[in-house]
Amino acid sequence: MLLIRGGRIVDPASRRDEVGHLVLEDGKVKEFLAGEAPGNFPGRVIAAEGMWVVPGLIDMHVHLREPGYEWKEDIRSGTLAAAAGGFTSVACMANTKPVNDHPEVTRFLLDKARREGAANVFPVAAVTRGLEGKEMTDFTELAEAGAVAFSDDGKPVASALLMRRAMEYARPFGYLIMTHSEDPELAEGGAANEGWTAQKLGIPGIPAAAEDVAIAREILLARQTGGRVHIQHVSTKMGVDLLRMAKRAGLAVTGETAPQYFTLTDAALEGYNTNAKMNPPLRGEEDRMAVLEGILDGTIDAVASDHAPHEDYVKRCEFVAAANGIIGLQTSLPLTLALLAGGKLSPSRVVDLLSYGPARLLSLRGKGTLSPGADADVTVIDPDREWEFRPEDVLSKSKNSPFLGWKLRGRAAVTICGERVRHATLPGVDIDG
Amino acid sequence: MEWRRRHVLGLSDFRPEEIEFVVDTARSMEEVLTRDIKKVPALRGKTVVNLFFEASTRTRTSFEMAGKRLSADVVNFSSSTSSITKGETLLDTARNIEAMKPNILVIRHPASGAPHFLSRHLSCSIVNAGDGANEHPSQGLLDLYTILKAKGKVAGLKIAIVGDILHSRVVRSDLHSLGRMGAKMWLCGPATLLPQEMSRTGATLTSDIREAVREADVIIMLRIQLERQKTSYFPSLREYSRRYGLNRAVFSLAKDDAVIMHPGPINRGVELSDDLADCGQSLILDQVASGVAVRMALLYLLAGGSHAAH
Repeated sequence: MLLIRGGRIVDPASRRDEVGHLVLEDGKVKEFLAGEAPGNFPGRVIAAEGMWVVPGLIDMHVHLREPGYEWKEDIRSGTLAAAAGGFTSVACMANTKPVNDHPEVTRFLLDKARREGAANVFPVAAVTRGLEGKEMTDFTELAEAGAVAFSDDGKPVASALLMRRAMEYARPFGYLIMTHSEDPELAEGGAANEGWTAQKLGIPGIPAAAEDVAIAREILLARQTGGRVHIQHVSTKMGVDLLRMAKRAGLAVTGETAPQYFTLTDAALEGYNTNAKMNPPLRGEEDRMAVLEGILDGTIDAVASDHAPHEDYVKRCEFVAAANGIIGLQTSLPLTLALLAGGKLSPSRVVDLLSYGPARLLSLRGKGTLSPGADADVTVIDPDREWEFRPEDVLSKSKNSPFLGWKLRGRAAVTICGERVRHATLPGVDIDG
Repeated sequence: MEWRRRHVLGLSDFRPEEIEFVVDTARSMEEVLTRDIKKVPALRGKTVVNLFFEASTRTRTSFEMAGKRLSADVVNFSSSTSSITKGETLLDTARNIEAMKPNILVIRHPASGAPHFLSRHLSCSIVNAGDGANEHPSQGLLDLYTILKAKGKVAGLKIAIVGDILHSRVVRSDLHSLGRMGAKMWLCGPATLLPQEMSRTGATLTSDIREAVREADVIIMLRIQLERQKTSYFPSLREYSRRYGLNRAVFSLAKDDAVIMHPGPINRGVELSDDLADCGQSLILDQVASGVAVRMALLYLLAGGSHAAH
């Protein structure tokens, strides 16, 4: 039994935002208690006064690199980073080696996570075999093995026909297709957002239209097929506008963005900073503002980090040759909390973006809420704690982050996954082995 | 003024007085080149390595000549592998060369920013001899030098650069060297090769060569890479030549004393008509001659030369 005492309990699923106490028992949320804290609680007590107590955060877009690239990250290190960042669940993408296009790979991930994970792992399987964009994977077997969604993330599905078929075929079963929306031809050879920074640095550009065209395509195909589609890492103004339009039209289209797209612009590339290289690329200020607007008005359903670990040497090279992606599990929460400033975003909406939203999108039962009977996944957030993100804080095997050295505000004080404390910076709270 | 730079990576952060200082130094180098014995001992005992990851006979030869005129030991190292996937990384290659203790590394690389990257990891001086579509600083300086010699000034001149602006490192360096010294810069090319963002540099953009050339003092024609046609930046070389080739009729719109420049190698009959390439107003070979003097100046200054022609 575990009592989290005196925190501000923010649970958008049950429309709760009030100070109180949360009791966990047998791996589940038992109850919410208002008023005086229970005296003589017969179990462990975490004093959360001044903190937020929220449903365990869910990062619906990470790359754990296992199997195949364990030197970049593995399930153990990735989930430790997740726990440190306040995440109790992560959805891992399929671009491993072998690709997660076979139920054996899905089962391997789940087994490994059960044994070694410091957070829940929800595998996302590939849409097409080998991410080759040619033949669909066996959706049913993969879903039965535990895949929560399908995505060829990292390698956009070039064929509109195949995308149409995938959405259409998946529709009756309610499987979620997620897309890395990018027209590979328009993006070909590019290494940075097409714009002034790329021109100034002489880096070949990726036009915003490469993303916009593909997002428009997914939306039109969802309309055509009545299927459901989730757009991953939206980074452009037009992408947000298209998503908004699709929602207004009542289509089953959702979208996520990553903190880097509402925090940074391509100006971060100055000096050929390979730690600011990613795909989609960091865009211009107008795009950044539009992504923020999309978060504020509810167009964007979730914030996901696109945590993409890479070893030093594939970043320590000429810019165009450098690998794409940045780690994000430990910075996603504070960068999202930064949006609270000015009062535009409520704590409840932050929790929606980082927990309840992803749980709904991925249909994760028992996740994303603190209502009685839910899984005992809880994040205690110290929203005012100021800290600096230093290389030695990084729990990933890779340190490719443009946010190293940043002064951040707000962090996970305690991360509880299945009633076990997986991370704690709060004095007196021990981590369960 | 005192020279403090350890590297010449690009002209983007060169102050006007630094540019003038290089030009002044190049003038005294050019004087050396008029002597019977075209060699001075300034860099005796110093080693210059030309590390070229892209084929370039003329730039490499020019740097080699410049080093030898200054009595440096010059070693050429060429490699066609420049990708991390094809074996040795750029940093490993460069570190191997650095272990042989050169004083100056002259690097040409297809990736923008490659020299900047190496400058953060190596201790020798680095000269950028062209990186991707970023900069070609010695070309920017030699273009300035050539124009100064012909016109006596650059401030107020209308200088048109015509061709593949998108992929040109010469343009980016020229905008710094010529633009910063007060020239009115015009950039001209097919819209597919003329990024609109370049107007942020203060240059005027047009896809009409007549507009660019009209009343121009200097016309710099860029080499059109023949393979660009395959990626459909324009319909055909024939069409390109018709729209963007410089011929007598177009050239007649320029000032009477206008000069023609080209960083080479020329595609005769494509971007530049045969007769114009060799006409009296062509400075193309003057550019090549200036190139040696300017590169001597850069090597000299980087190797610790404190003398300027004041």
